[in-house]
Amino acid sequence: MRIRHYAISLSILAALMLQIMPLPILVDKFRPDWVLLVLSYWTLALPTRVNVGIAFIYGLFLDILLGTTLGIHSFAMSLVIFILAANYQRLRNYSVWQQAIIIGVMSSLYHLVVFWLQHLLTDIYFIFDYLWPVVTSMFIWPWIFLLLRKTRRQLSVK
Amino acid sequence: MNTLFARGPSLINRLLLALVMSMVLMAVDIKMDGFNAVRMYLSSLVSPLQYIANLPGEMLNWTSQRITTQQKLVVENNQLRAEHMRMSEALQRVTFLENENAKLRALLGSPVRPEVKKMVAELMAVDNDPYSHQIVINKGAIDGVYEGQPVLDENGIVGQVLHVASTNSRVLLISDFTHAIPIRVVRNDVRAIASGSGQLNALLLDHVPHSTDIEVGDVLYSSGLGNVFPEGYPVARVSKIAHDDSQPFATIVATPVAELDRIKYLLLLWTTDAPSQPVVKKEKAK
Repeated sequence: MRIRHYAISLSILAALMLQIMPLPILVDKFRPDWVLLVLSYWTLALPTRVNVGIAFIYGLFLDILLGTTLGIHSFAMSLVIFILAANYQRLRNYSVWQQAIIIGVMSSLYHLVVFWLQHLLTDIYFIFDYLWPVVTSMFIWPWIFLLLRKTRRQLSVK
Repeated sequence: MNTLFARGPSLINRLLLALVMSMVLMAVDIKMDGFNAVRMYLSSLVSPLQYIANLPGEMLNWTSQRITTQQKLVVENNQLRAEHMRMSEALQRVTFLENENAKLRALLGSPVRPEVKKMVAELMAVDNDPYSHQIVINKGAIDGVYEGQPVLDENGIVGQVLHVASTNSRVLLISDFTHAIPIRVVRNDVRAIASGSGQLNALLLDHVPHSTDIEVGDVLYSSGLGNVFPEGYPVARVSKIAHDDSQPFATIVATPVAELDRIKYLLLLWTTDAPSQPVVKKEKAK
């Protein structure tokens, strides 16, 4: 199968698209961090293939797509994925809901780092709405986890 | 067994490299103007992704257009016809007044106001980054769009072009935290600067003394002083004034007249001193 060579990249590209897809303004602030979730899954599952380097590249993609100063999302993304990659053996043994809590913590770290960098550059205020994605990411993690695990096993991505 | 990171630099070194590279990029992106060209290429490179991400919305639009009932179309058509009637009547008067104004200005020896060139653009994507208010439109360098170009909707000023890619460009909304626009109160020509608050429905007027004559409901027009926005387009309406004597200036909040949360079609303006001219494709020109 050819597709298994591209499974990782395709899933991350799909996540990028979900991340930038226009949504009604009411739903928009609840949008989960798709890219972070998918990257986290691959980091925990195949830390030899996806780790800090890939996170940096896709963080840069996010910066270009979202129009933020280059480097902000790549900084936060590399940091979070580093923490996951350094502890992948422990995290793999947790149940899915425990992982969801860890992902929630990682997602809030990610948002706080992005906010902090933006704050240094433009001094914006903090609004609690900025942290809604943390909650939705936590709830969506088990489904992402099951979906990607199924894909990985069926295509036997290594 | 496939051990972790058997080859290449260790994990911590990779992290350090990634962080240092991010910081260098940030510094370069902020400090160097020449970097904009690189950014333009990068944006053009990823624009297919944006087009694909836009597809579901487009498909929904398309389907809803297909399945609208005839009755609805008739009603809409009647509305548009009535609107057109009113507009063309207003236009007749405007042409007359414009002529008269030009003559009077010529008599006074002041420069005649030139006409601005326009082009309609369509919204492609809205950024979901909560820290900045930017949208992407479907016109770019090949249509003659330039950086700093004013963008309007049917009600008033929306923002200005921030980055230009070859087929699309990015617009910074007036409500963005980093944006400010010089304005003038229609009622009494008081000048001020309206800066974005980071919320779509609020602009803040900076450094306005307590004694300044501004009231709730005042309409603010662009004053044309910054040489970015042309003079005389509506920007916002004053919605709240708070006088706190412990503060040196009054707190004045204004609501943008453009509906920043429901943009669909936009108007690009080319001022007379624009660095580029609009490129209209032959088959579309009427």
